[in-house]
Amino acid sequence: MSELLVNGTAGAAVDGGLDLEPLTGDRASKRVTIVDEQIIEIVSDSGEGAQRCGQALAALAARSGRGIWTVEIIPAEIQPPARSIAGGSGNRVRMGSHPISNGGDEADLAVAFNEQVLLGREREGELKPGCRILLESMWRTDRNPITAREYLLTYDELVAKGYNVIEVPMEAECRKLVSDPRRGKNMFVLGILCNVYTLDLALAREQVALTFGKKDQKVIDTNVLLLEAGWSWAEANLDFQFEIPTMRLTEPQVVFNGNIAIALGVLASGMEICAMYPITPATSASHYLSEIFEKTGGIVHQAEDEIAAATFAIGASYAGKCAVTITSGPGYSLKQEALGLAVMAEIPLVVVNVQRGGPSTGQPTKPEQGDLMTSIFGSHGDAPKVVMAASTIEDCFYSIITARKIAETFNCVVVVLTDGSLATAQQPFPRPSFSEDWLAPPIDQSPVPVGAKAYDWDGTTGLMKRFIPGQPGGMHTLTGLAHDRASKVAYDPASNEAGLRNRSLKLAALQKTLRCPDVHGDPDGDLLVVGWGSTRGAIEEAVDGLRADGKRISSLHLRFLNPMPSGIGDIMKRFKKVMTVESNWSDSLDEDLIDEENRRYSALAMLLRAKYLVDVDCWTEVRSRPIKPGVVRAALSAALEKVS
Amino acid sequence: MTISFDPTPSFAQCLLGPTDEHHELDEYQTGIPRWCNGCGDNGILAAMQRLCRDYDLSPERTVFVSGIGCSSRLPHYMKTYGFHGLHGRALPIAEGIKMSRPDLPVFVSTGDGDCLSIGAGHWMHAIRYNMDMTVLLHDNAIYGLTKKQASPTSPMGTKSNTTPKGSYLEAFNPLQAALGIEGVSFIAQMVDWVPEMLYDILQAAYRHRGFSFVRIIQRCPEFMPGFFDPYMNDPERVQILTHPNALTPSANMNKVYRNQLVHDPSNLDRAREIASSSDPIPVGILYQNPDVPRLEVIRGAGRVRTAETVQKGLDSELDKFTIWPDAEPALVEA
Ligand SMILES: Cc1ncc(C[n+]2csc(CCOP(=O)(O)OP(=O)(O)O)c2C)c(N)n1
Ligand code: SF4
Ligand SMILES: [Mg+2]
Repeated sequence: MSELLVNGTAGAAVDGGLDLEPLTGDRASKRVTIVDEQIIEIVSDSGEGAQRCGQALAALAARSGRGIWTVEIIPAEIQPPARSIAGGSGNRVRMGSHPISNGGDEADLAVAFNEQVLLGREREGELKPGCRILLESMWRTDRNPITAREYLLTYDELVAKGYNVIEVPMEAECRKLVSDPRRGKNMFVLGILCNVYTLDLALAREQVALTFGKKDQKVIDTNVLLLEAGWSWAEANLDFQFEIPTMRLTEPQVVFNGNIAIALGVLASGMEICAMYPITPATSASHYLSEIFEKTGGIVHQAEDEIAAATFAIGASYAGKCAVTITSGPGYSLKQEALGLAVMAEIPLVVVNVQRGGPSTGQPTKPEQGDLMTSIFGSHGDAPKVVMAASTIEDCFYSIITARKIAETFNCVVVVLTDGSLATAQQPFPRPSFSEDWLAPPIDQSPVPVGAKAYDWDGTTGLMKRFIPGQPGGMHTLTGLAHDRASKVAYDPASNEAGLRNRSLKLAALQKTLRCPDVHGDPDGDLLVVGWGSTRGAIEEAVDGLRADGKRISSLHLRFLNPMPSGIGDIMKRFKKVMTVESNWSDSLDEDLIDEENRRYSALAMLLRAKYLVDVDCWTEVRSRPIKPGVVRAALSAALEKVS
Repeated sequence: MTISFDPTPSFAQCLLGPTDEHHELDEYQTGIPRWCNGCGDNGILAAMQRLCRDYDLSPERTVFVSGIGCSSRLPHYMKTYGFHGLHGRALPIAEGIKMSRPDLPVFVSTGDGDCLSIGAGHWMHAIRYNMDMTVLLHDNAIYGLTKKQASPTSPMGTKSNTTPKGSYLEAFNPLQAALGIEGVSFIAQMVDWVPEMLYDILQAAYRHRGFSFVRIIQRCPEFMPGFFDPYMNDPERVQILTHPNALTPSANMNKVYRNQLVHDPSNLDRAREIASSSDPIPVGILYQNPDVPRLEVIRGAGRVRTAETVQKGLDSELDKFTIWPDAEPALVEA
């Protein structure tokens, strides 16, 4: 049933200046409910500004001391048809009285600029049964009878399903203030949400000023008016409000998404050249880097393709400081031969792979963890590389700094894996404070000692110190062919073996320096869940929930996938059962055809099984969205039942 | 030891040629070339070593880059820094080197398969980028290293292991293609069997500030035996481009190579016409424009970057995203 049907004339006195105080409505009649957390989805056609509205809401919530996590709702096409089920664009904001580590389960409140995009979300199971929906009502009386009918049908369907649909005359209200209401709606909605979630309106005004900071004052003023109008409308017409208790901030926090974190990590790591080729969902990292890098003497080179990007970065690394190339699945595939060259020639290189759905062009805008095996084993021959995965936004930032350091210390390729969900998710974390240790020292241009060779591999660690052009006495020709210590092409078996040995040993040398991650939960129990990358928040939330119910479950999240730190095997032994939770494919034993012999396990499960001879099970989901904690919890619950 | 990348003095060093350093030819020589007897690559290598010596290029500050192929072995025989890369990818590697170290002279050796087939995409863009490097296309009209397959520049009808009845298509003309690319700044053509002029052209290419592309018609006696004999035996079939602003052949050259054409290398339209001829083979500088902007200069490569600049840059960005404990200072950008 509709809670409130608004006729479009109620609401604030929009003509005059707006007061902070409610102009209409009876405060006493408002129900203000204190809640621990809320998930809000704002969806519109693309270009209508729902994303901006969601980002501003999240920023506001964070600034007022709430934990947040945002998930971008991105249509696959740039210009999807208006009012289409698959064309929804917007943002999911999960905010709470505590730090939030993932996008959560179903939404508690949805705001939709048309009923079709909302339907898309509903059909994907993104809405909590019976949740509140604030729906633009103008379609009800649309001049096109088909549109009006679609609206009515959907409206009835939603009501019939038990949703609490509240029609909001968004455009009608905005039209009182602006001539093109389609462009102002999002701030009107922000105003509504400020009211609903009792967020500070003064802070919201500042936020609007910042959101439109690059535009002129008139634009800001108009949007502030729209914000206030939305607030007043909600104040007068909605009979519910929520309050999420605030946390006390003790140290400065930063809020941005994973791709911005990567770009800032590149800047902070002291790398100077990033070579890339545009590809979703990695590109925005390079966009932002392009904006900020030059000011500090860095260069983003948009190469003609990914092969060029990788080889350009290799050339840059070879002659100077370690360089980085940023890409996603298809681009990562194209770089394989080049990565092998960097491995063979022992040139430091950082490669960021913001994973998306695959194989082939797959699902460009959707997250997936499908590239772990390719990252570890990719490129022909034995091409040992370091592979790390970031699991939080903060991790995205620091992983790049660590990766640069490892690449340069071990003269190796370091692959940093993130994915589409980290790329666009925002989460606050303590503001990094710069350390000179993050930077590489200036490149060595001193003469090389007499008799030193280009590949003077250390007998125990396999490490060598590379010669950089400009160093007198270090002249040699680096080659991707098998070579001896002097970098001379070598076809003899001993040299070939020595090269393979040393390139492999380096990983062991690094491995000795790695610390085993802490177990989340008790050190022993019935079930250990192992994960990597962006699924961390959902896994730990699920595990916490089950632990609160008395279940003997813990989790372990790996940052280094290759090499893996010591101690993982011991941890696994202390649990009756071990399983991974991943966002990639694995065959289900429920299929008629699948049995233990032909089952294809998920990537990490396969690695753990091979490495530790432990019967690691897996649960995976590839539903084109970040894994939800509730879904994980259900899966783990089922697994726990089988243990005892 | 620390260095700062101030491009100005080093650019001057690599461009104005002779420095106060002095080097002998053997300081650039290493290893015994493994090319076949009579392979044109030998003459190209000799010319490059001579050029380094004559310009007293500091061996530790000079980089020879190549792809994969017989011709791409060249860096191994130079006692400078060398990078024998991947098939087709010499140019992007060289670009990365130049962008990171604009102070280093960069030379590239690439084959007709390497440059015009697998690496063709890079090649077009490299011409556009116009980064300062000297690029030698060793064009033997065949794939040498992989033992005789038709290449893009093999004339139609070339019998090879993949075209036993003769190749099917007309040869690709790299000069015409290059001259059609916006940003082209130096295009020359030479044959490997006239050492004197080969040297002069390589010198002009080296002195040009920008992407100097020299197609060298290169003999491969192993897989294309006698293929260029008609041109070698009849000097009339080699046409020398002369101009006061380009090359003026010596008296000796004038005696043998009488087929000469005065060509102003700043004339792009005329260069395109000349490029369309394959018989006689036009040799000389087809086009040169010293004023084309170079990508590494446009991008400000080689700027000094200190910990302070990084920290300042990072902090000012973080400010935009920071929530301070007690309210105010900065706002979060959304
Ligand atoms: C990715 C890849 N594909 C194929 C090869 C095999 N290959 C090596 S050299 C070459 C062609 C060489 O011809 P060209 O570039 O004309 O050089 P040339 O040997 O004639 O000097 C090929 C196909 C390779 N090394 N790498
Ligand atoms: S095969 Fe041809 S190109 Fe290769 S070395 Fe022999 S002659 Fe030269
Ligand atoms: Mg060839």
